[in-house]
Amino acid sequence: MSSVDFTWLIGGPQGSGVESGANIFSRVCAEMGYQVFGKREFYSNIKGEHSYFTVRIADKKIHSNVNDVNLMASFDAETIFRHYEEIIPGGGIIYDSDLSKMATDAIHTLDAPFKERLHKELESKNKPFTIAGVLEILKEKGVLLFPVSFKSILHTLSEETENPRLKGLIRMFNVIAVSLSLGLVKMPPDSLQKAIDGIFSKKPEVAKINQQTATYSYNYATAKFENFVYSLPGVQKEPGTLLVQGFQGTALGKMASGCRFQPYYPITPASDESVYLESNEILDIIGDRPGSTAVIQTEDEISAMGMTIGGALTGTRSATCTSGPGFALMTEMLGWAGINEVPIVITAYQRSGPSTGLPTRHGQDDLLFSVHAGHGDFPKIVYASGEIEESFYDTGNCFNYADTFQVPVIHMMDKFHASSVITCKRFDTEKISIDRGKLLEKVEDGYRRFEFTDDGISPRSRLGIDNGIFWDTGDESDETGHITEDPILRVKMMDKRMSRLDLILERIPKEQQAVSFGVEDFTIISWGSTIGPVLDAVDMLKKEGISIGLVQMKLMHPFPGEYVASLLQNAKTIIDVEANQSGQLGKLFKQNVNRDVDYFILKYTGRAMTSTEVYDSLKKIVQNKADKREVLMHGA
Amino acid sequence: MALKPAEFKTDVHNDWCPGCGDFGIVNALQMALADMGLQRDKTAIFSGIGCSGKTSHYINTYGVHTLHGRVLTFAQGAKIANPEMTVVAVGGDGDGLGIGAGHFVAAGRRNVNMTYLIFDNGVYGLTKGQASPTLKLGEKTKSLPSPNTNSNVNPIGLAIASGFTFVARGYSYDIKHLKALIIQAVKHPGLSFLDVLQPCPTYNDLNTRDWYAGSDLMDEAQKRHSRIYKLEDTGYEPTVHYDSEVETNEKLSQALIKSLEWGNKIPTGVFYKNENTTPYTVRLQDKIPNYLENPPAKQNISNNGFSNTDISKILDSLEV
Repeated sequence: MSSVDFTWLIGGPQGSGVESGANIFSRVCAEMGYQVFGKREFYSNIKGEHSYFTVRIADKKIHSNVNDVNLMASFDAETIFRHYEEIIPGGGIIYDSDLSKMATDAIHTLDAPFKERLHKELESKNKPFTIAGVLEILKEKGVLLFPVSFKSILHTLSEETENPRLKGLIRMFNVIAVSLSLGLVKMPPDSLQKAIDGIFSKKPEVAKINQQTATYSYNYATAKFENFVYSLPGVQKEPGTLLVQGFQGTALGKMASGCRFQPYYPITPASDESVYLESNEILDIIGDRPGSTAVIQTEDEISAMGMTIGGALTGTRSATCTSGPGFALMTEMLGWAGINEVPIVITAYQRSGPSTGLPTRHGQDDLLFSVHAGHGDFPKIVYASGEIEESFYDTGNCFNYADTFQVPVIHMMDKFHASSVITCKRFDTEKISIDRGKLLEKVEDGYRRFEFTDDGISPRSRLGIDNGIFWDTGDESDETGHITEDPILRVKMMDKRMSRLDLILERIPKEQQAVSFGVEDFTIISWGSTIGPVLDAVDMLKKEGISIGLVQMKLMHPFPGEYVASLLQNAKTIIDVEANQSGQLGKLFKQNVNRDVDYFILKYTGRAMTSTEVYDSLKKIVQNKADKREVLMHGA
Repeated sequence: MALKPAEFKTDVHNDWCPGCGDFGIVNALQMALADMGLQRDKTAIFSGIGCSGKTSHYINTYGVHTLHGRVLTFAQGAKIANPEMTVVAVGGDGDGLGIGAGHFVAAGRRNVNMTYLIFDNGVYGLTKGQASPTLKLGEKTKSLPSPNTNSNVNPIGLAIASGFTFVARGYSYDIKHLKALIIQAVKHPGLSFLDVLQPCPTYNDLNTRDWYAGSDLMDEAQKRHSRIYKLEDTGYEPTVHYDSEVETNEKLSQALIKSLEWGNKIPTGVFYKNENTTPYTVRLQDKIPNYLENPPAKQNISNNGFSNTDISKILDSLEV
């Protein structure tokens, strides 16, 4: 049985339907039983700049993208110029035959540094700076060319359906490209129709035009092109498979975990989560009247954080969602939440910094910032999810940590998560436990919010309950919450709060702190979304008889130094893999485990790692041919 | 049923300077809360940073002493999550109109049903008397090295322009009047703003108690004329009675013009009042019909320690 591992790439100007095209393709593949791993790349731009979607499909669980593209569906010239090198021999390219003469200079969105590299490459191969030149290279390389005149497809279709509007409807280019692709790989056509109906269920007229276009294009491809070796007839579908977008993991996790208040300020790539929460603001509650999440768009991130804390003071599970620049604004308040022992969850979808950085691109840039966020010493938790499926359950854990330890929890996610579309097992709400810790429903007389207790955690009242009056202040306070500057009390209060850090390490189950996928002579430490490509790379090496260990860090602060040290006892070479410039996990590791990282595999182009490039670097390390810092560069 | 103001006092030592205008404000606030018979554990005072920030510690209700400029954000969050609470936010003029001005404007647009009271003294007291946003251009209070180089903000005008639906000014040495204003403000169904003129005896040697009392304004008969006067004594009508654009605009314009009055005549009392603007709770109810009956803070989220939220319909839609 030959296994399926197929990567499809669609690209085009932002606003031309690249994303919806990819959604149709992903849905069809998932419907046909394949595992899907898709990733969207886009500029900080609304219309016109180049965006693309890579969808990898396989008949087994996959965790990442790869470098190789098997079929590229393009309907503009820029996509061809930017991605032609990724198509492997035997692969294919669908392109608009009307574009052959298009020269690089005619495309104003090709930026200078890229154009310079491209021209150099074309020059070295003695080709003209045109699509025709690129196509020659592809042909020589053994890539199959599938020229299609998108305009004449619309033309014919418009005549056949007697719909003159269709003739100029270039909006349909994406559906044409997707349908041609599916025809080429002989995907059963009914799944395409089903996907289109699903996506346009609320607009029957639009669905109809799309259906006609899809069917025509699909048939066009099957009739005209025969020699494409890849065929995707479908496999047995695993029951209970979801097709989710990255941000849905934490959003659904919040709903299930009882988060009922989320103030936020718009920022890429975090706001999708809040918008999704608001779109589903009314919630079904088992055995009760409907519940709801109040999602409030605030005037800035400072306000989002202040409101979140205010909500949490009423006993409501409250969260906000942001990215690095927004989180930077929230940090003064983070300390306030720390000194007042307020449980909140900040979901931090990181992107490339510093400053605005690459606003729509990936990066795990904010680990050390999050660990050190806020002035002064106060306890907090920084927790990182690896894969999207995990992020659903981790969200539940984050709220429990916040409530039981009465600390702010920063849940680290990133852009790679946010703009990935993947298949995974249906989320199981029954696994979401709710532990509110020492939150009180009733209060007796003589209540003191910050009472000294054996475990250092005081019973927590909430605004509005009888006898539960307390005072909060950002100043140091006594047990009732009133300001104190007494030196002895100050020390007691500091020690009480900071004792939480040991308690966290003691009480959070070890398997939630760090996950060992096996420890070998060469063992990787990694965190966050990078785990996906690492898992696949380790798997690829295993097939070659090379075993590499992996420890995934989840509890980033307080860092479980002793536990991680014990896990890695038998590892001889430590390899840190993460998506930032300075190897931030490596620094935390050194600080807490007192051990040097031997190799770093880092990527900070703003594009997520592929398993191919992680594999290449790992192999070099094993063969003793690697640099101490392997810097990955793949991806347009 | 009215309670005694003493019930709203804590035994926390008050460390404001002797003669500080803040005392009048906290007394008026305690008297107003008692007069309204508010339940202490259904009431929360939120405060900002500075001398006025300590107010929450002196009042025996839930008290949340927040951060510089941010008091409105905490207060709105709590009120939205638990709309049963009576929420009063207090802070200084530097707090609310300097560092917190963005939140001030945004709060006006939201119209959450609560009260915001500014202790307006023209200086940053706790940091030793720098110029605050309400100090006039060219004025030099005693600890300024040179006269103020910024123009002042007009708190009443800014509140009106931002959409506050109850806008008033009080004077900290007229406790009875201030108490009555606080009661009106708290009862107002929307966001109410109270600008309270409050002499800082330590750092503001211009706008002193004597200055407000008009001791420099003697007439021929050597009679003093207080600068402070009450709008209600002049027949001024602040209230928008009908939900009409014409009337609203008239009342807004009149309030704006009044807000510019300063110098020898300083108006206090209610400048503007409009109950027709929907409070934020109603706006939320339009989206979430049972929001008031089952607000975030009241929702039961667990069933024997496990999630009771049924997201299966959403999951069904994501299932392939």
